[in-house]
Amino acid sequence: MGDILGLVLKRLGFGLITLLIISIIIFFMVELLPGDIAEAVLGQGATPENLAALREEMGLNKPAFVRYFEWLGGAVVGDFGNSVVSGERVSTLITERFINTLFLAAYAAVIAVPFAITLGVIVALLRNTLFDRVANVLTLTSISSPEFFLGYILILYLSVKTGMFPAISSLRADMSFADLLHRTFLPALTLVLVVTAHMMRMTRAAIINLLASPYIEMARLKGTPPWKVIVKHALPNAWAPIINVIALNLAYLITGVVLVEVVFVYPGIGQALVDAVSKRDFPIVQACCLIFAATFILLNLAADVGAILTNPRLRHPK
Amino acid sequence: MVHDKSVLLEIKDLRIEGYTGEVWVPIIKGVDLTLHRGEVMGLIGESGAGKSTIGAAAMGYARDGTRIVEGSKIEFDGMELTTATEGERRALRGSRIAYVAQSAAASFNPAHKIIDQHTEAPLHYRIQKRMEAQEDAMDLYERLRLPNPKEIGFRYPHQVSGGQLQRAMTAMAMSCRPDLIIFDEPTTALDVTTQIEVLAAIRDIVDQFNTAAIYITHDLAVVAQMADTIKVLLKGEEVEQQPTEEMLDNPQEDYTKSLWAVRSFERPQKSRPEGETPLISVQDVDASYTGGDKVLDGVSFDIHKGMTVAVVGESGSGKSTTARVITGLLPPSNGQVLFQGEPLPPRYQDRTKDQLRQAQMIYQMADTALNPKVRISEIIGRPAQFYSGLSGTELKHRVDELLDLIELDPSKFYNRYPPELSGGQKQRIGIARALAAEPSFIICDEVTSALDQLVAEGILKLLDRLQNELDLAYMFITHDLATVRSIADEVVVMQHGKVVEQGPKDKMFTPPHHPYTDLLLSSVPEMDPNWLTTLLEERGVDNVGEAADV
Repeated sequence: MGDILGLVLKRLGFGLITLLIISIIIFFMVELLPGDIAEAVLGQGATPENLAALREEMGLNKPAFVRYFEWLGGAVVGDFGNSVVSGERVSTLITERFINTLFLAAYAAVIAVPFAITLGVIVALLRNTLFDRVANVLTLTSISSPEFFLGYILILYLSVKTGMFPAISSLRADMSFADLLHRTFLPALTLVLVVTAHMMRMTRAAIINLLASPYIEMARLKGTPPWKVIVKHALPNAWAPIINVIALNLAYLITGVVLVEVVFVYPGIGQALVDAVSKRDFPIVQACCLIFAATFILLNLAADVGAILTNPRLRHPK
Repeated sequence: MVHDKSVLLEIKDLRIEGYTGEVWVPIIKGVDLTLHRGEVMGLIGESGAGKSTIGAAAMGYARDGTRIVEGSKIEFDGMELTTATEGERRALRGSRIAYVAQSAAASFNPAHKIIDQHTEAPLHYRIQKRMEAQEDAMDLYERLRLPNPKEIGFRYPHQVSGGQLQRAMTAMAMSCRPDLIIFDEPTTALDVTTQIEVLAAIRDIVDQFNTAAIYITHDLAVVAQMADTIKVLLKGEEVEQQPTEEMLDNPQEDYTKSLWAVRSFERPQKSRPEGETPLISVQDVDASYTGGDKVLDGVSFDIHKGMTVAVVGESGSGKSTTARVITGLLPPSNGQVLFQGEPLPPRYQDRTKDQLRQAQMIYQMADTALNPKVRISEIIGRPAQFYSGLSGTELKHRVDELLDLIELDPSKFYNRYPPELSGGQKQRIGIARALAAEPSFIICDEVTSALDQLVAEGILKLLDRLQNELDLAYMFITHDLATVRSIADEVVVMQHGKVVEQGPKDKMFTPPHHPYTDLLLSSVPEMDPNWLTTLLEERGVDNVGEAADV
């Protein structure tokens, strides 16, 4: 087990280095944009004098790398500076948004991951049958349709025509958990439809890939029923690729939900990012980008660890 | 004890077809087989003879892409398998008919402990409770002389050696005390020393439980030890069937006779010219893979121009690593390799084109060593182009010449792709590719071990002819001592990364030997059906395992 801990720490170290490089890119890409924060704040009413004064006040006259380290130092302890537009602290502005996004992602993941894997196992078992083809066509259709289109279709049928779920996912602090689940069901369902196909197809492919293995034939020749051959003998050896695809899709649930949040007017971090970009609110843009990057890195790390833990050769060294 | 000798399995007019992607072609063309309780029948033949397919069919099982043709009869203990439902057939597998596969390492599921795989069938069929089944497994492990029988089952397959896994698989086949076991080349992937333990274990256990068995192999000497009767197959048809002793002493058919004769090829031994600088000289080489233990420890030997040095030893003894050091794929941590007295740079990247040209390799698996998407002309042409700078018609002539050298008709093979070729033909292409560089030295890494004996003999004869015509030196890596006997001039015996003995072949095959050489030599199966019994008596049965662990 010591080896595994070492391996995890090593990956974590690489993850941190990657994050550092990304932070440099994020900071200096914003630096490269024409104009600076002072111009953005003052907008049309800027005069050379008050621009100079504001730059002095915000410390914009310091060299870029000094400001980078100040920004990085703040980011490490969760201080991303103040919003240019409202003047409020960035951390307070986006924390709640980020939690909302995490909630929606978790909601979708809790449904989508077990559903996709179960479906993947079933289509692997019933491979090349009508059920397999239908499942493939349906999931491919849902992944190929734009999210906003899926979202509007769901709104049309589940909200406008039947009124089962609200079309707008506005949240209030005093809502009960059940109410919350009900209100956010449509965006969650949209996300489920988007991510299921990828995970299901990888599960199917990873299992079928193993069916030609001698140990699968051995299991069959021991009289093991077909479903057990798949679940007990193929699936445990198929986890590594499946876990990687799950991690990718979870990352997508957090970082790729902008359109879905806009369609359902859901107060998540994607919306915050879009607003900030249109208002040139750079501190928020930088904070969001860094959070997204950290999410990707963490989830990939989790996938690596998961792949290691499901590999008996690594779990039980000679 | 009187054993029941009634008929257990009766196969009549078995026909099986395989799907080629376009049409169904016959694989088995009407084979009959009768097996009595407690009888062991050996099925032998070259690859493609249909041995394994018949073995699977005896379980009512058709592999993916094959089907049993209507009209075939497979009657197992009064039950007709071809008309039974899939459920009925499945209920026999593992419980009344069990299967032991060629590679235990690949046939145990890497994700589960050995004992959990062992107890799967008894638990599935509700023959035993988990505790009982585990105790029974330990009992079988003990009967099969596995070390630590109480503990070994709780390991994962990768934590156990190949020979032990093969015995664990035999134990697994025994878990429900079946009436019939299909052994599908159970020792082909093992070293000779390990093979003995497994053969002895299988014979014992089959005897103890009066289990009938179909023993599939291409190794005649092995089948001679195991079977009561032998059936010879060729291209899906029976050639002949006889009791073992008669089959060995007096084969009737020409094909059987040719199989028997294979082991007779032996070319005259050459001896080292006096005072000549060796072509290749491996000097005191140590090597290890990144961060690992020493894989080679002080290895030294010479190879002279035009001579064949066979490097023998069990898997893991460092034979292939030595080849990697000579070719510069693995720089040694100590020592050096000389070519005609000049030291070679340790890394192939630092060697000159001429140095690279001089040493070529031929690989064990011609299947994976040739790019399936590249035409033969290009596979052979590229090294000719790279090393000799040939192009256009010159290159074409050179490729034709090389194809002639390996006895393949250029007009037929020039434009073909590797997958269209047979195993022996592919290996010939591998040889031509090595020759294209015009080397003076070729490393042959187990080049015949994946081939049938008749085909392998053809390859050995070809290599011998090429050696005489082109004055080549060979380093012949092999674990097959029959190959050594037929082609080597000198022999280097390796064990645990060290050279334990080396010298001219005739000296190596006459006593006294180093104890390890002795163990290797005495472990090679012989055609005498009593060979195993005699050998086990000599060694003392209980010492089989220990002897092999030396």
